[in-house]
Amino acid sequence: MGAEANPLVAPLDAATRKYISGASGIANLKRLSGGASQEIWSFDAMTASAPIPLILRRAPGGFRDAGRSGTAISLETEARLIGLAGEVGVPVPPVRFVLVEEDGIGQGFVMDCVPGETLARKILRDAEFADARPKLARQCGEILARLHKVDKAKLPPLRVATGRTEVEQYFQTYKAYQYPHPVFELAFRWLRDNAPPDSTELTLVHGDFRNGNLMIGPDGVRAVLDWEISHVGDPMADLSWICINPWRFGNIDNPVGGFGSREDLFAGYEAAGGGKVDPARVKFWEVLGTLKWGVMCMGMAAAFLQGDRSVERATIGRRSSETEVDLMRLLAPRNGKQ
Amino acid sequence: MQDQPSAIELVDIVADFIRNHAMPQLQGHAAFHARVAANALDIVKRELQIAPKASADEHERLKKLLGRDGSIAELNRELCARIETGDISLETPGLEDHLWAITMTKLAIDQPNYSGFVRALEEQGLK
Repeated sequence: MGAEANPLVAPLDAATRKYISGASGIANLKRLSGGASQEIWSFDAMTASAPIPLILRRAPGGFRDAGRSGTAISLETEARLIGLAGEVGVPVPPVRFVLVEEDGIGQGFVMDCVPGETLARKILRDAEFADARPKLARQCGEILARLHKVDKAKLPPLRVATGRTEVEQYFQTYKAYQYPHPVFELAFRWLRDNAPPDSTELTLVHGDFRNGNLMIGPDGVRAVLDWEISHVGDPMADLSWICINPWRFGNIDNPVGGFGSREDLFAGYEAAGGGKVDPARVKFWEVLGTLKWGVMCMGMAAAFLQGDRSVERATIGRRSSETEVDLMRLLAPRNGKQ
Repeated sequence: MQDQPSAIELVDIVADFIRNHAMPQLQGHAAFHARVAANALDIVKRELQIAPKASADEHERLKKLLGRDGSIAELNRELCARIETGDISLETPGLEDHLWAITMTKLAIDQPNYSGFVRALEEQGLK
């Protein structure tokens, strides 16, 4: 792209001076990643003393819903949830300011850049994280306990998802692809027969609490990121999602994110006041989480067949079978081990 | 009967060409996609090796489970419908074995290094 001026620089410079006292401008604006659902930029706010490293999370091209799925919340809501979670002791990147229309940058917010690593392969293998690894599962439990205690009366309007509604939603998605997967049918049947009762107490749920969305340093979890699919639901869902096999990155015997044990996760959760862990509900959500990933892979195959002809999409379609073996090991284990 | 080399051998040499000759000369996105393309050809090769017998076996089991004849696609759709209603379940003799067999076949073709598959092989005394 070269020296072409980034049209984001001028308005972001103005907004930073407006919202951050002592800021004289910005420098080092860089695009970090390009998901379909949002843009992430890093930059520094310049001050009389040291520069403040910041992150801009913005809707693609500045406009909401351009690529966000139906379950994603707005960036303003996301910023609000990060604030509420921070108040109850969940490590989060402090939100510096939320953009408004007059800022001319579109929808988004600016938060502190928390240094650390999100890539699972590094966190699970690099020497730098050797001391952190044994502590992570317990920390995750403690963090989730706090996150689930955010006062519901303070929450902005959020989607409510019970076990039953989630199962039906994914069943409809699966059916729409019109390709038979007997193992998925077995899992859907099992989920319908084992859904938590509608009386289950619901809390704020992060919804995507896993490797990749946790900023980790040599000292442990530094920040919980990506609150885009947060909703009100069964707190056990967050305890399960981080345990599904794809997030273990090959470390199959460390069910929590490939780094720890369920015992540590649950002990941390209960010790931090998260309430009693219900193993039956945890299993329900682990089966559903695994199945969700499988249905998403079917979606990749469907997108490919509908004309999005990339080699990558095509081969991800063939990965739904990974979730089938995980489901079979959960629902019809062959030697009693799971 | 087709001439030599076989489809398996052709796919194998193309994957080898992409991986060992084309890919080293590519960079960034193109190199990444070349690797994905070579992996896709590996799937094709394993499917050519494994699927003919596995699909025939699957078809036979489906006929037995459902007690009727039909194409493999038809019978799979019927099996799905009957699992959905609960008419066929893990209690039904043959279903669990069938589901394990189709799953292990898919993984042997699609992702033979996947941790869950490797563990399932161990648990079933196959590795």
